[in-house]
Formats: sequence, structure tokens, C-alpha cells
Amino acid sequence: MLSDYIPILIILILSILLVGVLLSVSYLLGPRRNVGRKLTPYECGVPSLGDARERFASKYYLIAALFILFDVEIVFLFAWAVVFKKLGLIAFIEIVVFFIVILAGYFYVLKKGALEWE
Amino acid sequence: MPWSEIGISLVKIALVLFLVLTLVAYLTLAERRISAFIQDRLGPNRVGPFGLLQPLADGLKLIFKEDIIPERANKILYVMAPAFSFITAIIALAVIPIGGGFSTSLFGLLKEPTFIKFQIADINVGLLYVFAIGSLSVYGVVLGGWASNSKYSLLGGLRSAAQMISYELPLGLSILGVVLIAGSLKLGDIVQAQAKLWFVFPQILGFLVFLVSSFAETNRLPFDLPEAEPEIVAGYHTEYSSMKFAMFFMAEYTHMIVASSLIVSLFLGGWYLLPYFGWFGIDIVKYWFLPPLVFIGKVFLILFLFIWVRWTLPRFRYDQIMNLGWKVLFPLAVINIIVTSAVIVFI
Repeated sequence: MLSDYIPILIILILSILLVGVLLSVSYLLGPRRNVGRKLTPYECGVPSLGDARERFASKYYLIAALFILFDVEIVFLFAWAVVFKKLGLIAFIEIVVFFIVILAGYFYVLKKGALEWE
Repeated sequence: MPWSEIGISLVKIALVLFLVLTLVAYLTLAERRISAFIQDRLGPNRVGPFGLLQPLADGLKLIFKEDIIPERANKILYVMAPAFSFITAIIALAVIPIGGGFSTSLFGLLKEPTFIKFQIADINVGLLYVFAIGSLSVYGVVLGGWASNSKYSLLGGLRSAAQMISYELPLGLSILGVVLIAGSLKLGDIVQAQAKLWFVFPQILGFLVFLVSSFAETNRLPFDLPEAEPEIVAGYHTEYSSMKFAMFFMAEYTHMIVASSLIVSLFLGGWYLLPYFGWFGIDIVKYWFLPPLVFIGKVFLILFLFIWVRWTLPRFRYDQIMNLGWKVLFPLAVINIIVTSAVIVFI
């Protein structure tokens, strides 16, 4: 039922209002004394060198890609789990096949060393 | 939806927001007092009796601090990130059932007695909703880390992104055992399915995986690599000050509250008093105020566990965290699902 979601809409609006009020109050009440290099990025007192918009380890992309692959499969499992008791044995056999396919991919990723961090 | 129901929801939401904000404020105090106790110190005890007014003093101080936006930062995203973190943390609370509910006509305000649930929104995909909102929380941290345009923040944001999405897999898989037994995604139904027996007993493996993963999801020690002080200053919130910093902090504590409430409702019997016989014959329709008290008491115990662990265990190395998530918890969660479904089919 769509009307069940109305309270969620209300709490969303209220929390946005709350956050807006808190942030603007601190913006208005806080002092503003801009001296020297106050607004440069903090790098432990050493003058900051270059930008932070640099290249970073591609490992993080790999983890994100693997996450998408496995997480989509988990979403399928939610629907399966809710109706599992009604479907019985056939659902069990199907999920074992499903898991064999997932685990084949998982062991491939493992053997390729995609999850090794040095 | 009639206006009376919207009014009731408004009251409930206002109450929950007030309670959670107070709880967050006092959690910071509890954290400091308990850490002091564990480390044989005194902790803050000067502001008010036993330091009870300390959160108020901290809050006022943070409001009156200078609101710094670094010159090279991406200003819009920089402001949005803490707000986003905090909002996603709060709205996840909407589907947590803290008790059954009670019947009332609000002293004659309504025409006939209405059943008021101790839950803001009782949607039929409650569990999915919590997970959907929970996975949004990674955006706040990543955006904050990236938008600050500081190297430490960027590293913290990246680490946090990789860690949180890695632990979302075992987190999602570990609750499937509970869904299998309860046969519903409604949190209220899942709690009611535990009237005879808490799910922590048949699902002990799932419970442990869920517990460890939720520590990682909330960025708490021993998984607080995104803000590991000795390595990357303060991680994603290095550049943040004033209320924006406080907002990240409040988001972290609200996440702890959501995670604790989920642990309680999925595995520790929700609002049921005893692990085996639910209420042991106590009439909870008559004493409707008892279930919420039991639920909140259990949440407090789990919150204490969060604080206790933080001040007891050392921090993991990054490769250890990734190994634990992908090579230990993920297979364990898969084994848990297969064993649970096999037991349901064959026994």
C-alpha cells in the first residue's frame, strides 16, 4: 500500500528541515576570522603540495565492481527467502545450483588474486 | 490516509526524533565515561551532576565554532555530505518496531478506539528498506572525503567506501537465514516469529556474522580505518569543523542505534522478554508499556557492547579487514543460508 509510505515521507521532510536549521544556525552564529592559510587543506603543518584530485589505486574500482556483481545476486535471494517455505524442495535444489554458479565466480575472483591487498 | 493518522504519525516522528537526538547526545557522554572507566580515568564529570550536562555544553560549543569551508573544496558537495549522512541515518529508524502497540481513543479525541503501533511506518518490505537506506550512508562519507579536496580525506573516503560495500555482502547474506525462518520482510512479523524462541539460537552463525559486519558498517573500532588517526589524521572528516563535524558524529551514533535496534529485532527477540516463552504469561495487551521498555533495554545493552569493544580491541590492518570480509564472513554467511534452508526442507 502506497499510503504506508506517507510517514516515511514526513520523517524525510522533517529530518531535512532539522539538518537545515542546525547547519544554518551554526553558519550564522559562528565567527568568521580568515587569517593566513587557514583555508588550505590540512597536511600536518607542512605547506600543501598539489591537489587531492589525483590518481588512486585501481583496487578500489575492482572492489566496487565485485560488490555490484555479488550484491545483485543477494537481492535475488531476498525474494527467494520470503517464499521459500511455500516452494519447498524444488526451491532448495534451485538455490544450490544458484550458489554453485556464484561460488564458481567467487573462487575465480579469489584465484585471480583480486582480493589480495599488498 | 485520514488526517488523524497523519497527526498520530507526526507525534510519533517528533517523539522518535527527540528521543534519538537525546540518546545520541548521551551516547557521546556514555562513550567517554565508559572509556574512562575502562582506562581507569575519571572522564568528564564537571558539567552538571556526574557530567550529565556535558553533551549540552559540547553541542553549544560546536554551534558557536567557526564554520570553515576549505578554499579548494567543492562547496556544494562539501556542505551536502554531512547532511546526507545524518538524514540517511535518521530515516532508517522509521521502520523499527519497538513494541506491539496499544488501543486508545486518545481521551475521546477519536470517534472509536484506534490501534497505535510503536512503529512509524509499517511497510511490508521493512528489512529491504533499512538495507537500502543503510547502503546510501556510504555516499555521505565518500562525498565528504572527496569534496574536501584534501589527501587525507580522500584516502579516508576511499577506504570507507571499499570497507562498507565489502561488508554489505555478509550483512545482507547473514539476515537471509532469519527471513527464511520468519518468511517475511516485515520487521514486526519477524519479531512476532520469535515469540517462542529468539532467532539467535537457530541462527547463531548468522548472528555472529551480522554483529561483526555491523561493527564494520558503522565504522567503529576495530574497523575504523576510514578515520584511523595515526595514519590519515581523521580520515574523511579531517577538513570538517563546527556543526558539520558534529553532524558526521551524530550520524555515526545514529547508525549505531539503528544497527543495535536491528540486531535486537532480528536476533534477540525484539520486544519479547524471555528467550524461550516470550512474555511468560504476562498480559502485554494490558501492560502495553512493557514491550518498548524491554526493547530499549536490549538496545542499550548492545550499545554498551559497541562501546566496550571499541575500547578493548586494537585496530585491524586494511588487508586484514578486507580478508575478514571477503574470505571469512562471506563464505560463512553462504554456509549459514544453505544449512538453514536444508534444515527447513528436510526436517
